[in-house]
Amino acid sequence: MTGRLARMLRIARTTRILSSIAAILLVAGCTNYYEIPIETPIKPKLDVSMFQRVLVAGFIAGGTDDVDGNLETTRLLRSQLRTKSDLRVIDTDVLPLMEVANETPGSSSEPKAEPAPATASTEAGEGKEGREPKTDSKPEPRGEAPQTATPDKAPAIKDAKDLEPYEHIFADVEYWKKIGEEYQSPLIVTGTVMFTPHQRSGIVQREEEVYDSFGRRRVVPVRTYMERKGYILQPKFIFIDGRTGAVMHSENFREEVLYNANQSTPALSSYFELMDRLIPSFLSTLSSQKIKGTRVLLQ
Amino acid sequence: MRTRLVTILLLLGATAAPLAADARSDAKKQVEFGISVAQRGLWREAIYRWERAVQIDPKYAEALNDLAIAYEHEGDLEKARVAYEKALTIEPNNALIKQNYELFKEINDRTTRTDAQDSQDNQNP
Repeated sequence: MTGRLARMLRIARTTRILSSIAAILLVAGCTNYYEIPIETPIKPKLDVSMFQRVLVAGFIAGGTDDVDGNLETTRLLRSQLRTKSDLRVIDTDVLPLMEVANETPGSSSEPKAEPAPATASTEAGEGKEGREPKTDSKPEPRGEAPQTATPDKAPAIKDAKDLEPYEHIFADVEYWKKIGEEYQSPLIVTGTVMFTPHQRSGIVQREEEVYDSFGRRRVVPVRTYMERKGYILQPKFIFIDGRTGAVMHSENFREEVLYNANQSTPALSSYFELMDRLIPSFLSTLSSQKIKGTRVLLQ
Repeated sequence: MRTRLVTILLLLGATAAPLAADARSDAKKQVEFGISVAQRGLWREAIYRWERAVQIDPKYAEALNDLAIAYEHEGDLEKARVAYEKALTIEPNNALIKQNYELFKEINDRTTRTDAQDSQDNQNP
C-alpha cells in the first residue's frame, strides 16, 4: 500500500516537472523577441542656456594629505567641461576659498570678503592645459580646531563636520557677485571635496579556482575574512549664478573603493577612479547625456 | 422567454471570443510593423503603431512593453514607467518584460533619486 502511494507521488511529481518544462518551452517557442539597442536621453538638471562661460572657482577640500582635493578637482572638472559641454571654460588660478571663508567667519551678515585678485585669466583654448598653477595663497596648515581659525592659519579638515565652519562662504551672495562681475557673469562651480582614507574588515566572498580529480577547472565562491583599505570621496558641487551671486543648485555625491590590505594603490589613482564614477552625473547637471543600453522588443 | 434569453447569451458568448481574437490579430499587425520600423530607427512611427496596438487591445502586454521601450528611447521616462507597469500587471511572470523593466528602473531610479536629493540639498545649500 505504502509502495503504491510512493509510486503515485513520484509519477505526480514527474508529471508536474514535465509540464513546467513544456510550459517554458511553449512560451519561449511562441514568443518572438528582438534585441534592440536604445539610447535614453537624460535632460540636464539645470538650465544653463543663459551662460556662455563657466568658472570652476575652487573647492574647500579636506581628508587625506596625499591628494590636493581642491586643485585636482578644479583641474579635472575644467578639463571635462572643456570637452563635454558647450560652455567656455575660464582658465584662471584656483580661488583660496578657505582663506576667504576665514576672513568672513560665522554668518554671511558679517563683513564681506573681497574677492581674491584673479591672475592669468584666459579663455579655454588659449589657456594652459594640464595641472593648474599653484595659487599665491599660503599653504593650509593643519592640526587646530576650526574655532581658532585665523586668516593666517587654516585648521585641518579631517571629516565632513570640519567643513561646516567654511560652508557659509557659498551663501555669500556679495562675494560671488563680485567674482561674477570680474569674469563677465559666468556660471560658477564650487563646493566641498572630502577625500578620506578608510578601512574595513570582515567576511568577503571571492571566487576561487578549483580542479577536481579529472583536472576540470571550476570557479567556486569562497567566504574569507579580509582586511581591506581604500578611500571615500564625498564631493558637494555647488552651482552659483555669476550674475546674482545666488546658489542655483547643489548636489552631494559619495563614492568609495576598497582594496586588499596588502595591495598598495596610490591615493591619486583612487581619487581618479572615484571621480570617474561620478563625472557623468556631474556633467548631466549641465548638459544632456545619453545612456546606451539594450532592450527586448516582443511580438 | 427564458429560452430566448439563454439563446442570446449563448450567441454573445460565442461571438465574444472571435472578436477578442480579431482585436489581438489586428493589434499584432501594428506591433509587427512597429518592430520593423523601430529596427530602422524610426521610433516615432513605432510609437504610433504601438499606441494603436494598445488602443485596439489594451491587454496586450507585449505591445505595452514595446511602447515602454520606445518612450524610454525618447526620454519620456514617466510614460515608460506607466507602460512597463501596465505590461507587468497583465503578465507579471513574463521574464523578458521584467528584465526590461529592471534595466529601465536603474536609469529611472538614478534620475529620480538625484532629483529628490537635489531638492533636499537646495533647501540647505
